[in-house]
Amino acid sequence: MSVIQIRDLTFAYDKDIVLENISLDVEERDFLAIIGPNGGGKSTLLKLILGVNKVQKGSISVFGEPPHKGLSRIGYVPQNTNINTDFPIKVIEVVLMGHVGEKKPLFGYGKDEIACAMGALSQVGMQAFAQSKIGSLSGGQRQRVMIARALCAHPQILILDEPTSSIDIKGQKEIYELLRVLNKSITIIVVSHDISVILEYANKAAHVNRQLSFHDISDKKQTFHTHGEQEHFCEIELLQMLGAEHCESCPSTPSTGSGTEDPAGLETETKDTIANATVPEPAEGREEK
Amino acid sequence: MIEALSYDFVQHAILAGILVSFAAGIIGSLIVVNRMVFLAGGIAHTSYGGIGLAVFFGLPIFLGASLFAVGAALLIAALTLKSRHRIDTFIGLIWAVGMAIGVIFVDLTPGYNVDLMSYLFGSILAVNTEDLYFMGSLLAVILFVITFGYRNILAVSYDSEYAALRGVNVRFYYTLILILSALTVVVAIKVVGLILVIAMLTIPVYIAEKLSNSLFSMMLLSGAIATLFTLVGLWFSYTYNLTSGASIILVSAASLGLFLLFFGKRKQ
Repeated sequence: MSVIQIRDLTFAYDKDIVLENISLDVEERDFLAIIGPNGGGKSTLLKLILGVNKVQKGSISVFGEPPHKGLSRIGYVPQNTNINTDFPIKVIEVVLMGHVGEKKPLFGYGKDEIACAMGALSQVGMQAFAQSKIGSLSGGQRQRVMIARALCAHPQILILDEPTSSIDIKGQKEIYELLRVLNKSITIIVVSHDISVILEYANKAAHVNRQLSFHDISDKKQTFHTHGEQEHFCEIELLQMLGAEHCESCPSTPSTGSGTEDPAGLETETKDTIANATVPEPAEGREEK
Repeated sequence: MIEALSYDFVQHAILAGILVSFAAGIIGSLIVVNRMVFLAGGIAHTSYGGIGLAVFFGLPIFLGASLFAVGAALLIAALTLKSRHRIDTFIGLIWAVGMAIGVIFVDLTPGYNVDLMSYLFGSILAVNTEDLYFMGSLLAVILFVITFGYRNILAVSYDSEYAALRGVNVRFYYTLILILSALTVVVAIKVVGLILVIAMLTIPVYIAEKLSNSLFSMMLLSGAIATLFTLVGLWFSYTYNLTSGASIILVSAASLGLFLLFFGKRKQ
């Protein structure tokens, strides 16, 4: 069953179209990676799913309901967890914030809420830090606390925006391992620049750059792994693999000068330059022969 | 010194110092964690417009200043929530226009020779019973709001994006904090004056922040530290016949210097 269903969605800020005719299905217990260039519309898409931006054209349903109603079943981990590190607040209080907006006692925290928050902290392995000041934690630990805050409301979908952008390599791996465990019971959507790590853990990928190209990569990982000795790929290589089969406007062979939208344009351009350097002829002429 | 405590005006000054210090400690904490120091400065100076108007129309000074400051707070809240573009320019503008209005209206008041200095630098030794009621009521309102709104205020202050997502009315709490700041600024004018008020709202808070691990303890500690500074400043003022507001601020600043010296060393 699809937990999130997006149909023919188009969204514009004023007259700038950010997303155009997007359709996407997220199934239960998917691990979806949303990738794409800056300004390509990833964050806008998240905001639409979360109901922060209003749908203009097309539709989004979360558990069969409009986004703002499905919100209580979504846990959200925002991008900047390093803001406000001077703020005098204990880890447990941050996690308890996950209950904000629900019915609650007039002041103080209920026993059940505290128990729930401690449970969420132990899920992410941070229960020992409950009484620590949030500013004393490392970036990775803070990110875990933010995940615990999202888990506090027992979500069925967990959405993370660039969860590892400010964490060291070891911390990143730990976060993704944690997500892999959580994925056994929760659907996970991750926006990230970090393509190689994402492809290790995700089973689906959506490349968003105004339009969306969707890939089921659960079986494709093998191809990636046999591709080279290293497990890391450069972004262009990956975009080529993901983009080539889909995007007809981006031919994989160098043709006329119109190939500017090709995500692998770097390579195309290099070849053109070399060709032009040796054969001083316009590219079009070359093609006609 | 002991016989000084038997004077009414000294008792009033001490009581006012304690009430205003706790209001300033609590609201100052919110101002600092929400990065609203500049906004609070704007509101403080703008409120002089209210003082001028009150003088001109013969209204109680507190009333005029409060209405004007709350108006400025609402305007600033609307501006910051609507567009953040060049917001600092507009706050600077509101700041100056408010003061200009005050000066002009005092000029226009026939035969009234207002002591401008007492509003700019405070007149804690001239606090009357009415003022004390006003200060006490404000502190009661602040305590009420903090007690029942603590969780939402904490969520909005720490992570407003997340709070909004969870259905907390961020605009409401943001505006509420600014209105309470405006009222606190008005009562603090009596103690340290509108030019020095910003120091009273920030110095104790800065120290308390380093020593607290929750917003709640930061508020209480700020209040206690502010009270200490106010009373020590008051003693200096009385003993050496100095302006009370300036004495309080210098005591605060000197203490902050000492704190940084020792706390900074301990941390390294």
